[in-house]
Amino acid sequence: MSELTHDIELSLLLEAIFRRYHYDFRGYSMASVKRRVHQAKEHFRCPTISSLQDRVLHDPSVLPKLLSYLTVQVSDLFRDPAYFRALRELVIPHLKTYPSLKVWVAGCSTGEELYSLAILFREEGLEERTMFYGTDINPDALQQADAGVYSLNRIPQFTENHRRAGGKSSLSDYYTANYGAAVFDKSLRQRAVFSDHSLVSDEVFAEVQLVSCRNVLIYFDLEIQNRALGLFQDSLVRKGFLGLGAKESLRYSQYAESFVELSREERLYQKRGGA
Amino acid sequence: MISSRSTSLPATKNARAAAIAIGVSSGAVRALSEILPLLPRHFPLPVLIVVHLPPGEKSALVDCFEGKCQIAIREAEDKDPIVDGTIYFAPPDYHLLVEADRRLSLSSEEPVLFSRPSIDVLFESAADVYGAALIGIILTGASNDGAGGLKAIVAAGGTALVQRPDLAQASEMPQAALDACPNALVLTLPQIANYLQQTVA
Ligand SMILES: C[S@@+](CC[C@H](N)C(=O)[O-])C[C@H]1O[C@@H](n2cnc3c(N)ncnc32)[C@H](O)[C@@H]1O
Repeated sequence: MSELTHDIELSLLLEAIFRRYHYDFRGYSMASVKRRVHQAKEHFRCPTISSLQDRVLHDPSVLPKLLSYLTVQVSDLFRDPAYFRALRELVIPHLKTYPSLKVWVAGCSTGEELYSLAILFREEGLEERTMFYGTDINPDALQQADAGVYSLNRIPQFTENHRRAGGKSSLSDYYTANYGAAVFDKSLRQRAVFSDHSLVSDEVFAEVQLVSCRNVLIYFDLEIQNRALGLFQDSLVRKGFLGLGAKESLRYSQYAESFVELSREERLYQKRGGA
Repeated sequence: MISSRSTSLPATKNARAAAIAIGVSSGAVRALSEILPLLPRHFPLPVLIVVHLPPGEKSALVDCFEGKCQIAIREAEDKDPIVDGTIYFAPPDYHLLVEADRRLSLSSEEPVLFSRPSIDVLFESAADVYGAALIGIILTGASNDGAGGLKAIVAAGGTALVQRPDLAQASEMPQAALDACPNALVLTLPQIANYLQQTVA
């Protein structure tokens, strides 16, 4: 059967974005990309994907908005509390044996995951010796992450998640309410750096003890999942730790054997110590 | 150009079925209990199911049906290859989609019609991949989710089944599906179970 027209258009659009702007979405999970391109097309009132391609090639100002459609920015503080509880119980005791720590939050979006870890590390007395790297490809998300300001109406959910994650402090210690916004304490990001980095096209930039990459790999096909996991493997110290999203695993990757499963349920892995 | 479709055997339409997609909301467990346990061992198709679930809680669906069914049941995980004779439930809080290489993918993008997982999202992506070889089924529910998805299945040449709204625990969802797809087959739960058994017999 011949390829459907909109599939041809879609792959040409992604090719155009890659060649013009070096954002590479060609290996993403296409079913979801297709939906989001369709939404972008409606937003820009383009009758076809081809006309959207024309638009983005000739008008760079539409790129940020288009990126906001192509990347999914849903996040939460202590999203999946059980994950953070498991980190606290299974990983933190090991991390306490290191004099200094580096943590990489890959695909950090608007910062919630990194702040969750910063709060957890403070509660566990590890914050002072830790550097946090939050990376993402979406510049708007990185800017918001750096600002650490969230809508006040998200606080009840944040608070509940923190409690269910085994929080040892009160979440209200970490933010101040200000005109409908919760401004997270600057001290939480004193030791955090947010920067632009693509798991698809950039390289390893630091040696770290913990990588937390949650709900990012679901947007990748198996080939670029393998690339990203290769970066994590290279970046992690011997016996370093990797945490994935609730429905992600190493099962279909070429790195399944390189890690030991610490918690099957919470998707926590430890890099093998061997040669 | 002659499409491969025109060379297919003059068998019944369903002889070509390659997958089943089901959307169900309130009243899901009872409705599915009248269908899933009746699928025979060696059922040759995968069954992809979206049940509207409250976010933030683990789903009990697999536990609930595991002992009662004759075929494999699992909660979908990212990039699972779609295996015949297996029932896949969308996990709570994620949309479930079908990729062209016939693997499942998940997404935490915004809820659609207040739902994540969304029936429309599953149905539209499955229609895209399976085309005429897909059977889409809408059962009981108090929502409009699924109507658009079922329409996409019909537009791709697939088969649409809808539970009789007057017999559904909640009629809104099957009625909305029917309004969107007036030519869908309207059946009772036992008739739907029977239809699926016949399809593969
Ligand atoms: C759904 S968010 C996950 C946020 C957070 N990790 C969580 O679990 O709540 C996915 C993030 O992955 C980012 N992303 C997408 N492609 C990426 C890539 N190639 N490299 C790094 N990050 C990427 C998106 O911009 C988005 O911020």
